Amino acid sequence: MSTRLNDSILIRWLRGILTNKKALAGSFLVLSFIFIAFVGPFFTYDPNAFLDTPLSPPTFTHWFGTTGQGQDVLAQTISGARQTLLIGFCTGFFVVVIGALIGGISGYYGGRVDDVLSMVINVFLVMPGLPLMVILASWLPPGPLTLMGVLVLTGWAWNARVIRSQMMALRGRDFVSAAIVSGERNIRIIVIEIMPRMLSLLASSFIGASIYAIGAQVGLEFLGLGDVSTVTWGTNLYWASNDLALLTGSWWTFVPTGLSIAFVSFGLTMINFGIDEVTNPRLISERNWRKLLPKGKMNDGITPVVINHD
Amino acid sequence: MSKSINYLLRRLGFYAIAAWAALTLNFFIPRMMPGDPAAIIFARFRGKLKPEAMNALRETFGLTDEPLLGQYFTYLKNLLTGDLGISIAYFPQPVTDIISTALLWTIFLAGISLIISFSIGTLLGTLAAWKRGSKLDSILPPALALFGAFPYFWLAMVALFIFGFGLGWFPLRHAYGEHVTPGLNFPFIIDAIYHAILPASTMILVSLGGWMLSMRNTMITTLGADYITFAHAKGLPSRMIMLKFAARNAILPNFTGFGMAIGFVLSGALLTEIIFSYPGQGYLLLEAVRAQDFPLMQGLFMTITLAVLGANWLVDIAILFLDPRTRR
Repeated sequence: MSTRLNDSILIRWLRGILTNKKALAGSFLVLSFIFIAFVGPFFTYDPNAFLDTPLSPPTFTHWFGTTGQGQDVLAQTISGARQTLLIGFCTGFFVVVIGALIGGISGYYGGRVDDVLSMVINVFLVMPGLPLMVILASWLPPGPLTLMGVLVLTGWAWNARVIRSQMMALRGRDFVSAAIVSGERNIRIIVIEIMPRMLSLLASSFIGASIYAIGAQVGLEFLGLGDVSTVTWGTNLYWASNDLALLTGSWWTFVPTGLSIAFVSFGLTMINFGIDEVTNPRLISERNWRKLLPKGKMNDGITPVVINHD
Repeated sequence: MSKSINYLLRRLGFYAIAAWAALTLNFFIPRMMPGDPAAIIFARFRGKLKPEAMNALRETFGLTDEPLLGQYFTYLKNLLTGDLGISIAYFPQPVTDIISTALLWTIFLAGISLIISFSIGTLLGTLAAWKRGSKLDSILPPALALFGAFPYFWLAMVALFIFGFGLGWFPLRHAYGEHVTPGLNFPFIIDAIYHAILPASTMILVSLGGWMLSMRNTMITTLGADYITFAHAKGLPSRMIMLKFAARNAILPNFTGFGMAIGFVLSGALLTEIIFSYPGQGYLLLEAVRAQDFPLMQGLFMTITLAVLGANWLVDIAILFLDPRTRR
């Protein structure tokens, strides 16, 4: 029974997202970056090769100019997308898995278990991420695995907290009680019965965590804590600042990478706005409500709010 | 009254646990790493450090032959007496001395930007929720979300490039010019503010969208409450309903979020400081990373964590005044 329910939720959901302008634009933006990241490097120069005079502005041979090491900026931006996005999305995935596990257990069992786990969650939430990441990353050998581990360790708590409160809300529903009475095991109830009903939350958590992971990863690499010999968006900015891009006025060494980061994060944010509009009951009923109202300016007093009577 | 003291003490207890967790992480991270931490440090600094610096390092980390638990207690005792060890990059200065002045600059810059961006963002969120579907509500959130998508430090680079190098409107580096003497004198204060404008604006621009959106969302929930309808029915002026009824109640969850976000925003602020060579914690963090100055890095982690915990406690006190439920 539960699979059919999930199918219908999923289909409704996908249809909603495919008709949502924000989500569609965001998906287009993100997917095109992913596409370029995988296909692009076959068509560009070697991003590591010394090709031309260092720090030469954009020309026809080098559309985005060259770096301080005489490398092609366009090739570096495109190749950089590969590792940055890969680590970003992988981290996002693990953050959600760990967040769902810890937040789910905490919210489902309640009591002592919840006391201890939410204490741990809150401690990790209140600890400033960047300095902790710096300490961890400076002790570990630089590389993609270190980056991912550090990002997951400092990033899981927020998701755990959000998923915990959703789990607490669903825990009291009748279908959970029914499952308990029919003798299903707790872990099965959490994974098979409850988690599918949080699909939209898990999806938006994944996207939020990926945005975080991309930003934090770029920040760490900018500090020089990544593997500076690889080409990623973070190391691109690291080298730009090391080669005194600002003092020499060579804006082209950092503008393309920064804009790419911003476009991907913005696209992901738009997808999240879209998911919220499609799945948030308040926003759905508000939209239906607005259709009933006369077009044009609302009266100057108050914009009506739809109250959900659950 | 006793309930509010109880509440503050409970929060203080939580921060004590959080601080202890941070201390303990700080102690165990070097020791959990594959290989011997002493060997790692010595290998990295072979030939670069004087023997006395090496000994200072050993002492800082308590990497003696003591058993682990003994090292842990020595470490805690040192911290309680304010001894964070000796810096490698600035040898032989103690870490505490280096950090203390930098901490003031960070609190000044990050604190001011946080407060300004939270205030403006909350106000914009209130207006957007009040007039949903208006131009303000439909244009500003996506626009600010776009700004929020940029890495803090990248936007700082662009701002510095355009307004510092290109137009020359703002100074390029440091927290004050060479022609003023630090102290409580008028020219110094003016110069410090002048130097802070550009880094502060970039931080405000990046974080504004988050505050606005969260205030808008809580405010919409508040607007659905019965007492709002009642206030309308009573014929109260709408400005009063918006500010004193809806916003006043919606600001609470937003404020709790403010406490949680301090650490996150501070991380961005640290990177912004690096771009502007602002003599705060972030700039020291970069120095520490470049020189692999482990004592300085760990000292920074400790002080930044304590600062964030302290700021959170201030937020708790503010909530005490805002939320009567914590007082009753």
